[in-house]
Amino acid sequence: MAMNREGRGATAPAETATDAMAPAATFSGHRGLQYDEPLIFEQGQPGRMGVDLPEPRPVAARLGGLGRAQPIDLPGLAEPQVVRHFVRLSQKNYAIDANLYPLGSCTMKHNPRLNEKVARLPGFADIHPLQPLQTVQGALGVIDEVARWIKLLTGMPAVAMSPGAGAHGELCGLMAIRAALIARGDPRKRVLVPDSAHGTNPATAALCAYEVDAVPSNARGRIDLAAFKQKLGSDVAAVMLTNPNTCGLFEDEILEVADAIHAAGGFFYCDGANFNALVGRVRPGDLGIDTMHINLHKTFSTPHGGGGPGAGPVVFSAALAPYAPLPYVVHGSQGFTLVEHDGGPSFGRMKAFHGQMGMFVRALAYMKSHGGDGLRQVAEDAVLAANYILARMADVLPPTYPAPCMHEVLFDDRDLKDTGVTTLDLAKALIDEGYHPMTVYFPLIVHGAMLVEPTETESKASLDLFIGTLRSLVARARAGEAQAFHAAPRLAPTRRLDETRAARQPILRWTPPPPKQAAE
Amino acid sequence: MNERRYSKEHEWIRVEGDTGTVGITDYAQGQLGDVVYVELPDPGKKVARGAQAAVVESVKAASEVYSPVGGEVTAVNTDLAGNPALVNESAEDRGWFFKLTIADRADLAALMDEPAYKKFIAELS
Repeated sequence: MAMNREGRGATAPAETATDAMAPAATFSGHRGLQYDEPLIFEQGQPGRMGVDLPEPRPVAARLGGLGRAQPIDLPGLAEPQVVRHFVRLSQKNYAIDANLYPLGSCTMKHNPRLNEKVARLPGFADIHPLQPLQTVQGALGVIDEVARWIKLLTGMPAVAMSPGAGAHGELCGLMAIRAALIARGDPRKRVLVPDSAHGTNPATAALCAYEVDAVPSNARGRIDLAAFKQKLGSDVAAVMLTNPNTCGLFEDEILEVADAIHAAGGFFYCDGANFNALVGRVRPGDLGIDTMHINLHKTFSTPHGGGGPGAGPVVFSAALAPYAPLPYVVHGSQGFTLVEHDGGPSFGRMKAFHGQMGMFVRALAYMKSHGGDGLRQVAEDAVLAANYILARMADVLPPTYPAPCMHEVLFDDRDLKDTGVTTLDLAKALIDEGYHPMTVYFPLIVHGAMLVEPTETESKASLDLFIGTLRSLVARARAGEAQAFHAAPRLAPTRRLDETRAARQPILRWTPPPPKQAAE
Repeated sequence: MNERRYSKEHEWIRVEGDTGTVGITDYAQGQLGDVVYVELPDPGKKVARGAQAAVVESVKAASEVYSPVGGEVTAVNTDLAGNPALVNESAEDRGWFFKLTIADRADLAALMDEPAYKKFIAELS
């Protein structure tokens, strides 16, 4: 079996009577300003309502007996209950707007408010994709301008703007590769993926019906070039490589990888998740890459999740450009138009419409407010911040691979080995210190991995406080305070979860209590 | 005749006549942590030596399980569907994954016997 030897214990420890740091019990169940918030269904009372609606007039049933016979069991709630419920939940949220968010490989950086202001302009916010094109010339112009910036920054001749972020972009790239191979009558079977890759890489290859063949990493945390070359053959469709890779390292033999895959007749997919470390410094087009996705929510500061849908434009080399998905924007004598059918070998569409307009606006605001030199500094500062953490931690928690790193720094649990404190325990203790934990147990090739990505938007003071916290936790682990770690988090809205039970016996649906209790 | 062999990828196979019973080793379950899900092959599936035959998911990650020999799957341990914890409790007995008819007994020669496997894992830690 392909085994991950991270050595993670997941069982929640029993709370002990000697839990000296446990917060005092309160009568209300709240802990200070941390509210103990029941599910909204548990708060409902039959018949209670926030609005007063007239009884509906009886209408003739036209549903052929398919009308609902039972009540739909929505909780009965007054308006203030609903408002408090969702405000309390929102206050439990951890966000980049509240504190440093060191989640490696995710690039949790500040989302500038200028982006938000521009995206809310009615000319961008209130338009519809089916409007006549002459009424949305400005919006099409934005799509076209973002496309030009991306082509310039990547050194690639073509870009598809419609894909969603991350895995959808990977899918787009691999579908173009598959279309190109089928067009030349050479449908191949295998896709090579390094063992340090994001899990979406092999998943994408499998979704495209390719056989995934894992390439080992070498002792330097990079792709093992000899093993890679050995796996190459006339049935290899592509290699999927992340650069910088998930160990936070620049793949310094990437040119050899590109030459070898091309010599074998395959294509080079680069996972652009970490482009934020390279933007303005390195053009992927100069590295022999055939296609790569760009996560606007990482490199170009659009919000992650909650704040809006993802956008992941995909760039293509000249060899793959004809197979890129539709539509694309062109500028002619009639202004901007959308090409939705061009009679060429495009593999089709990734989305019903043209992509995530709101994200294009935010990304363009970011690009234009930084300029070329500013974007270059983004990459430089991201790398500098990660290396600052590496350097300041090195005497107590040496990095897994020798310095320098790129935009994120990888630690592991070697130096915690005899303390009884695992990577998971350290992560949970960080929560009590007011930090979202770093990425843990990824990449899978490193035992007890801790991947820290500070991003360029943290001040030195912010980095120093985080480093100081991390150093103090390591010192406490060394001082034999393992038990305190096992009980962490103490100060979070919920204590340590039993991950095993949550996975084995998940309770995915609220069920009403038995009638006896409900009648009380 | 009842012999047990081990792979470098931490699978064991118990051989009875032409039939092999395959599972993951006690060392492997200890490294994986609590197992929460096991995906087993369909009976009748032909697997090559070293090819992926099953997936075991623990609280940490999903890992592939390779067939230590080539052959055709004849039975799977249906108890694992409702109780994946069997892999932790009894990795090398009740927590078996699948049985297969061994296509080529020469495959067994490439595997380790118990003393060799114990030496192998002692060197890993």
